[in-house]
Amino acid sequence: MTDTSAIAPGLKKDVLLKIRDLKIEGFTGETWVPIIKGVDLTLHRGEVMGLIGESGAGKSTIGAAAMGYARDGTRISDGSIEFDGIELTTSTEGEKRALRGARIAYVAQSAAASFNPSHKLIDQYTEAPLQYRIQKRLEAQEDAIELYERLRLPNPGEIGFRYPHQVSGGQLQRAMTAMAMSCRPDLIIFDEPTTALDVTTQIEVLAAIRDIVDQFNTAAIYITHDLAVVAQMADTIKVLLKGEEVEEASTEVMLKSPKEDYTKSLWAVRSFERPQKPRPENATPLISVQNVDASYTGGDKVLDDVSFDIYEGMTVAVVGESGSGKSTTARCITGLLPPSSGQILFKGEPLPPKYTDRSKDQLRQSQMIYQMADTALNPKVRISEIIGRPAQFYSGLKGTALKSRVDELLDLIELEPSKYYDRFPPELSGGQKQRIGIARALAAEPTFIICDEVTSALDQLVAEGILRLLDRLQKELNLAYMFITHDLATVRAIADEVVVMQHGKVVEQGPKTEMFKPPHHPYTDLLLSSVPEMDPNWLTTLLEERGVDNVGEAADV
Amino acid sequence: MSIFVITYFGLLIGVSCLAAYYEKRSAFLMLFSLTLVSFVLGIVGGTGALRSVAIGAGMLAFAAGVSFAFREFLVAITPPKLAKEIKTAPLTASFGMFVIFTYAIAGIFAPWIAPYGESEVISSAFAPADANMLLGADQLGRDMFSRIIYGARNTVGLALLATMAAFFMGATAGLLAAVKGGWFDQFMGRFADVIMSIPSLIFALLMLSIFGPDITVIIIAVAIIYAPRVFRLTRAVAGNVVVMDYIEAAKLRGEKDGYLIRKEILPNSTAPLVAEFGLEFCFVFLLVAGLSFLGLGIQPPTADWGSMVRENATLISFGEITPLIPAAAIALLTVAVNFVVDWMLFRSSGLKEQ
Repeated sequence: MTDTSAIAPGLKKDVLLKIRDLKIEGFTGETWVPIIKGVDLTLHRGEVMGLIGESGAGKSTIGAAAMGYARDGTRISDGSIEFDGIELTTSTEGEKRALRGARIAYVAQSAAASFNPSHKLIDQYTEAPLQYRIQKRLEAQEDAIELYERLRLPNPGEIGFRYPHQVSGGQLQRAMTAMAMSCRPDLIIFDEPTTALDVTTQIEVLAAIRDIVDQFNTAAIYITHDLAVVAQMADTIKVLLKGEEVEEASTEVMLKSPKEDYTKSLWAVRSFERPQKPRPENATPLISVQNVDASYTGGDKVLDDVSFDIYEGMTVAVVGESGSGKSTTARCITGLLPPSSGQILFKGEPLPPKYTDRSKDQLRQSQMIYQMADTALNPKVRISEIIGRPAQFYSGLKGTALKSRVDELLDLIELEPSKYYDRFPPELSGGQKQRIGIARALAAEPTFIICDEVTSALDQLVAEGILRLLDRLQKELNLAYMFITHDLATVRAIADEVVVMQHGKVVEQGPKTEMFKPPHHPYTDLLLSSVPEMDPNWLTTLLEERGVDNVGEAADV
Repeated sequence: MSIFVITYFGLLIGVSCLAAYYEKRSAFLMLFSLTLVSFVLGIVGGTGALRSVAIGAGMLAFAAGVSFAFREFLVAITPPKLAKEIKTAPLTASFGMFVIFTYAIAGIFAPWIAPYGESEVISSAFAPADANMLLGADQLGRDMFSRIIYGARNTVGLALLATMAAFFMGATAGLLAAVKGGWFDQFMGRFADVIMSIPSLIFALLMLSIFGPDITVIIIAVAIIYAPRVFRLTRAVAGNVVVMDYIEAAKLRGEKDGYLIRKEILPNSTAPLVAEFGLEFCFVFLLVAGLSFLGLGIQPPTADWGSMVRENATLISFGEITPLIPAAAIALLTVAVNFVVDWMLFRSSGLKEQ
């Protein structure tokens, strides 16, 4: 156990939250298995603690436990949780309810899923103050508008009277932070508040959260798996692994000199980088997108004059924030969304705009790997069938030939064939599922693969493994990748060429080395400078450079 | 004070003390409140009332015991994976499975189980039960018990066939509508609306009076009545599956609709469909019984529970319970199927036990 007051001597603060030897168990259907195996945590007033670790490390479970809450199917089996002198493990549900919302607040990962879609934002804001009779409705509304202003939401007087779906993701996340602040709680738990947001939007939310926590001297637990983010937010960092604490130290100490090997490995993740390949000379591009316009039925143009080329064996990264048309471009290439004008050439030959008109061989050539491996693999179909079907469908393999092909593919993605052959997707981890998705694409023996945010749902260590695998496969099989991502670290790691998109247009394109060197297009510059860095002062410096008021504006799309 | 009353109260108090000692809170509360209620009941209704309470409790315990044993039996004979599922079944569900199992045996082996033939007249009309006839005779002197056994075969078999036909039509249309979308979806949807807007019993009566009360006509009419409901459910369930990425991947691979439906969509929608099958089976079963009661269902002399109720209805005014026996058979099966369906719905909805 580390006493944080020793790290910041002279600053004698009150202890707000004290967790001692916390043990939480989860029910697996037959027995109770430990999820949290004895974690201690001390949080002082006004202090921000970052909890980091891979998924399954128990970050969110500890966050929920700090409210005295155990999710369905879990129970707090041992230990004590003391919030401002109140023991939460033994207090009644009524006592805990009185604390939640009023003194402990929670900001969830997906604001879009956590707001009730059929109530206005401000009505949801005033719910807690009214419930606890802290303010009258009108007072609470004025207070909300003031907070919206402090969080730099555009049009603060009016935005609260909208419904959640009428507000963008970043604004919703800020509105949720405001809601958590409504009763001026002593402790806020932020459960990955920016993970689902774009880099440009992430900054405004981070800045807003940091300001508001400072202004009201609120203590916070900040849960994330992004180290660079936690470096900006937290005073102290606690690293968790499989329900156990690895180490805890103040942010500066932790970033400069982590003690444990596991922490060091987390820090070193961003090291993978592949040498850039030049374009082959005098070759026809494998895929050539030419002046493509596209729109969904009855809507506005989503793509506007998009053109770029992808050469054999090369990786083209398409970057941009959500809504910029990256995935729509992919849908045009695959033929799911026929472009309204322009065409797509494959080795110089135009492809039929609709996938239903393409021949088997044309379909085989371009494959896709999806972002969410959970929805990309049929949960009721065995791995052997998932991987085997494309091989059977395109190459007509049967019996033992098919089986050996599946084994070969499983070997290729570094999964033991005998172990995984008969399994179902829900029995695999996130990284393994993504590997199966890759194997399914490879089974068709394609020349071109579209990777749609393949690593964004994965932990850094796992994502790194996937990137290395993709790189190896590219070398062995001479594949071309179109890599859709909003994570510039990924781009840096794997891309040869970069295409930057905004509002359905290609803003800038070129080889990677040029793209990361100034001068940039202003939008590329914004994207690049918005990627959090490990330096704890990065956000402060950036905000000073951009000017506080511009942060929100720049990202409002 | 009779020995029965002393044993009755002694047993109740003893068991509730045991429950309290072993800290079975809910069991104790139930038993002890039963004891308190029994005091009042004993004073007001005398020994007779207590005796009926004891019989009721005994029957409940017997049913629970049978269900428990049947569940263990199923766990023992099924393969490990299925056995694990069955282990989670509540007693009500295993009771339901036991009843369905019994009915199935009775229906399949009817000619061997039934002591007399289906339309064999063996005694005088409305003869009381004796050593030969377990449940007495009906209005023509046929053995009631044999007819009930044969009825299981006819009524349940007919309802099963009709439900399967309804499912085949509804599910095929629903899956196709979900996969194809567009005008086909719209057309099928409106067509289903039209059928649903016709009152079901009137539609069945109309069909039967036009084409005559033939078994095929009954099956087709009932299937048409229930197909739109299945269509709606299937389309909704499949609609949620169709938007998944793995369907998109399969479409991009160039798979045909048949493969999509069979291999990708059906495995992901069987749970709600099976549950719906059980539920619809009850409705169909009741409708078929109702049609028979009205005289338009299965025609005599074929044994059928619905018409058996009608034929023996006059006995009710003499305080006889004979006409209620086929009715009870209908009720028991309906309840049993619902018990099983409840459990399946619970599982497929992904609700966790607290």
